[in-house]
Amino acid sequence: MVKRYGGREALRGINLAVEPGELLAIIGPNGAGKTTLLSILAGTVKPDEGEVHSPNGDVGWVPQQAALYRRLTVEENLLLFARLEKRGEPRAAVEEMLELTGLSERRGELVARLSGGNQQRINIAIGLLGRPVALLLDEPSVGLDPRQRARLWEFVSRLAEHGTTVIFSTHDIQEAERYGQRLLVLADGESLFDGSAEGLREAVRGEAPGAAGSDFETAFVAFLQHRGH
Amino acid sequence: MRWLLLKDLQILRRSPLQAVLLIAYPVLIALLIGFAISREPGKPRVAFINEIPPGSRIAGGGAKLPAIGVNEQICKRVECVHVSSRAEAVEKVRSGDVLAALILPADLIARLNSLSTLSPETPEVEVIVNEENPLKAQAVDDRITALLAQANLFIARQIASEGGRYLNLVVDGGSFNVLGRRIEILGLRASASILQALRPAVPREMRGSLDRVLRFTTLARDNLDVAAPLIDRLAQPIAVDKQSVSASTPPLDVFAIAVAATLTLTFVTLLLVAGSLALEREENTFPRLTGLVSRSALLAEKVGLGIVVGLVVTLLMLAGVQIFVGLDWSRFGLWLAAILAGGAGLAATGAALGAVARDVRTVSLLAFMISLPVALLSLVPSGAVGATLYDGIRVVTALFPFKPALQAMTAALDSAGPGIGGPLLHLAILVVAYGAIARLALRRFASV
Repeated sequence: MVKRYGGREALRGINLAVEPGELLAIIGPNGAGKTTLLSILAGTVKPDEGEVHSPNGDVGWVPQQAALYRRLTVEENLLLFARLEKRGEPRAAVEEMLELTGLSERRGELVARLSGGNQQRINIAIGLLGRPVALLLDEPSVGLDPRQRARLWEFVSRLAEHGTTVIFSTHDIQEAERYGQRLLVLADGESLFDGSAEGLREAVRGEAPGAAGSDFETAFVAFLQHRGH
Repeated sequence: MRWLLLKDLQILRRSPLQAVLLIAYPVLIALLIGFAISREPGKPRVAFINEIPPGSRIAGGGAKLPAIGVNEQICKRVECVHVSSRAEAVEKVRSGDVLAALILPADLIARLNSLSTLSPETPEVEVIVNEENPLKAQAVDDRITALLAQANLFIARQIASEGGRYLNLVVDGGSFNVLGRRIEILGLRASASILQALRPAVPREMRGSLDRVLRFTTLARDNLDVAAPLIDRLAQPIAVDKQSVSASTPPLDVFAIAVAATLTLTFVTLLLVAGSLALEREENTFPRLTGLVSRSALLAEKVGLGIVVGLVVTLLMLAGVQIFVGLDWSRFGLWLAAILAGGAGLAATGAALGAVARDVRTVSLLAFMISLPVALLSLVPSGAVGATLYDGIRVVTALFPFKPALQAMTAALDSAGPGIGGPLLHLAILVVAYGAIARLALRRFASV
């Protein structure tokens, strides 16, 4: 896929295939093209070249910032999007999502009064309302405290275990290494690496041997610098 | 789309301040307009001192005219606040208790009477005003000019009437009192009859002279007959024959209600739609929504929201006005057409503003900055400004739905008013145009 904004190429020839139940982490510095790639996969942005195929069903999109109506309750938000997703039994779908997120007790609360972590859970639940085969998460853990992060990733991992493909972007290398079964490294719109966390470590050791003894994040930065980014 | 509409109404309900404003605003406007048009225009309060000696009367033709009742004549036209001194009058004007003070000096009648003498003096009345601002100064000037014109006209009519009475005496004869003595006047008509009767008895050689006198009396009588109505016309030589070139002017109260209703519709619809669309971006829901509904459907929903809320609020306002002024409810269908079309035009404009400005605060500010001056410009009548400027105003106001919405509302409220078809067509064109602008602007709506 290729995407240009004016004269700048945000994505340069990205080619990607993801399997059902796979957890793919997209990492890279700011401006690498992570959000652009996810937006194209979600269908909210059209690529200038290339196509997206989702042969098994719909794709669920969870934007970086919670896309929720703060003056509606948790239940009202879920019910609205269940209806817009044209779920046959929208109230049943809402109950399912409340159960999944563990927020049944707070269904009547205004979203504005929820913590950032709980808002993110509702945000993800809305992304799941259309029963997507793949869920796209744009930096889902930003702004969450460690406890909220742990609960979020437990929730996301469970989705993948049940066969949902999860593609998420993150700035946190440790988080990508820990939760991503596969890592895609983007920089300036091009793919620098696509493989397992262990494969990335080997690539880092090979291309930035000076940083091999450092922690993974430092070694990763050295790898990017070696690639000219 | 109905779920989106319900969602927006739920959000509206959850914003107590916004909901209260939406209800309170039209009610307030209705009360203001209702009070304003249900009461007769109040007379201006004027401090009044009459120093004319009692019994003074204007003289005409050597005789005094009937008393004109100065106090009654003036206090019929203004609310007289009787004061005892000039200083008190000045204080009342300064404090704003009265609009102006009117002092009739003691020598006013004497000066009026001197006008018919060889040494005339200008009669003057003293007016004290407080021109604290230009609008008040203009209002006071207009009131005084009108009052003076009425006074002059009244006196001129009195003089003309007396003059006419004396002419009739000369022509037809009769009697009148001078210093308590009753004097009989023969009159030209009777004089001619007497002379005609005497003619056969007059020696033949003198008849030529008698015939000359007879001709003179006949000529004088005929011409003085013509002079009487002429003197009467002198009091008001120019009469006004007003012809309107416009189809029909709506009554002032109908126009005031139409303005109030259109203003209500404008602010409610424009701000609501523009703000609601910008809120989708602020809440980050726009990308998610457009994955589920088309952008055109989202725009249609926002326009629908504006129409529904605008309709309810405007009808609420009209119901409030009904308490004070009777409205023709048989025209309810036309009201609906005007409100729906006006609401659609304004909602489409709001959608375009919301899509272009994107930020809720910017959108609110922009909506006010555009709608207020356009609404004011739409009320500028032709002839009030230069021709070129008025042409410019016409173009600007035609590009915005306020004026056609006002025209539609006026036509809907006024049974004798112009047709509603033209304004509705104008609004339909604006809906399409602003809808297209909004749709184009939504392409970059979600970008930073």
